[in-house]
Amino acid sequence: MGQRFEDLFLPYVEAAYRLARFIVRDPIAADDIVQESFLRALRFFGSYRGGDAKSWLLTIVRNCSFDWSKSNRRVVGIASDTATADMALSYEITVGDSFRDSLGRWIPSPDSLGADQDGPETTLLRQSEIAEVRAMIDRLPEPFRETLVLRELEELSYKQIAQVTSVPLGTVMSRLARARHLLICQMERRQ
Amino acid sequence: MRVCGDRRLLLHGLLDGELDAANTLRCEAHIRECAGCASEFARLRALSLWLRVPGVAFEAPGTLRTRIATAVATVAPSTNVTWIKPSVSQAPKAPARRRRTVAWGWATGVSALAATVVLALLLHFPGGSVADELVANHVRSLMASHLVDIETSDRQIIKPWFMGKVDFSPPIPELAEQGFPLVGGRLDYMPGRVLPAVVYRRGHHIINVFVWPAGGQSAAPVTTRRDGYNVLGWSQGSLRFCAVSDAEPAALSQLKAAIAQQVRD
Repeated sequence: MGQRFEDLFLPYVEAAYRLARFIVRDPIAADDIVQESFLRALRFFGSYRGGDAKSWLLTIVRNCSFDWSKSNRRVVGIASDTATADMALSYEITVGDSFRDSLGRWIPSPDSLGADQDGPETTLLRQSEIAEVRAMIDRLPEPFRETLVLRELEELSYKQIAQVTSVPLGTVMSRLARARHLLICQMERRQ
Repeated sequence: MRVCGDRRLLLHGLLDGELDAANTLRCEAHIRECAGCASEFARLRALSLWLRVPGVAFEAPGTLRTRIATAVATVAPSTNVTWIKPSVSQAPKAPARRRRTVAWGWATGVSALAATVVLALLLHFPGGSVADELVANHVRSLMASHLVDIETSDRQIIKPWFMGKVDFSPPIPELAEQGFPLVGGRLDYMPGRVLPAVVYRRGHHIINVFVWPAGGQSAAPVTTRRDGYNVLGWSQGSLRFCAVSDAEPAALSQLKAAIAQQVRD
């Protein structure tokens, strides 16, 4: 088997969790999904032919996450999907030049990026900001959400994202563009 | 002042460092000249920074990594273990099974489960690609710290609990008097079948007793020891039993005798 499973994949437990967490939007389920993913990874390790370990693992995580979402669709899926569909629809109308005027409000300030010298106030501010960003990502409909997370949080290349999500490169690009514009649209709305 | 439609994707490509040198230069030059694209690019960059504010990405629970690392260390291919050989009387049927080896490392107490499963399959599920399933079951039981599905020392509760979950009625003898208090019951999954496990305790040792219909074949008793775990398999009536534990072989023999006394098939 050449390289050891542990060395190849254990470094990506965190990445696996982040992806699952954003896809299923449920901490307990994400935990289960990561475990299940490693289990599947072990099972299919024989078919791993080298190449990018992170993408290989995240492909499994993604599939596990969607398996979970499918089986839980009735419980959590429908309401939020409807909401995001509306949002996607209104996006075309709302994104415009007016956004530019309020741009400064959501550019992260240097203060909010420096984690070291946080007072209680900045900590609170940061936490509410973090909660807000997460909520915005959560409201993105799939497949835009996973594409965005893979790019912005996992810093995968387009090619890696194409591999993980099994779509052509062009689709990755258009999904990513769409995801970003949906987010920009949300930011504009909250101001 | 709108972004140029045909350059929209290029702006993303530039932001993500996905453009080749020529296109990067061209796109940058365009941004310097086109206010619409410049503002769009500024938006995208601000968004990207915003998304990467430390703390936005969720952190995995600290125990998750440990759980997975432990489980992986347990089953990762560090040693080659030959599959347990069936008894000599089965030799004519055995070669295919015997040749199979599976990479298997043993570490924690729950490995007993896997040991049993291996034996169970040798005895009852010849052939097939069961190794993958075994690994999966093993890891699952490790990671979920999943000793029992139903925890009770009352056989009257476990017995009906198994009904409808398995296609036969596994005997649940009460053996507390003989020194084997009942801990609970659990379902394990095998290719094509659900495998009930009855869990007993002997002092501090946990004993898993797996049971399944022997399908009319009465296999010889099997005793073996794998990396500190003792395995005892035997047939009784139409059922096959397999007990696994780190308890000493004598304890398993006592358990077998106690079960034999109570179970009349």
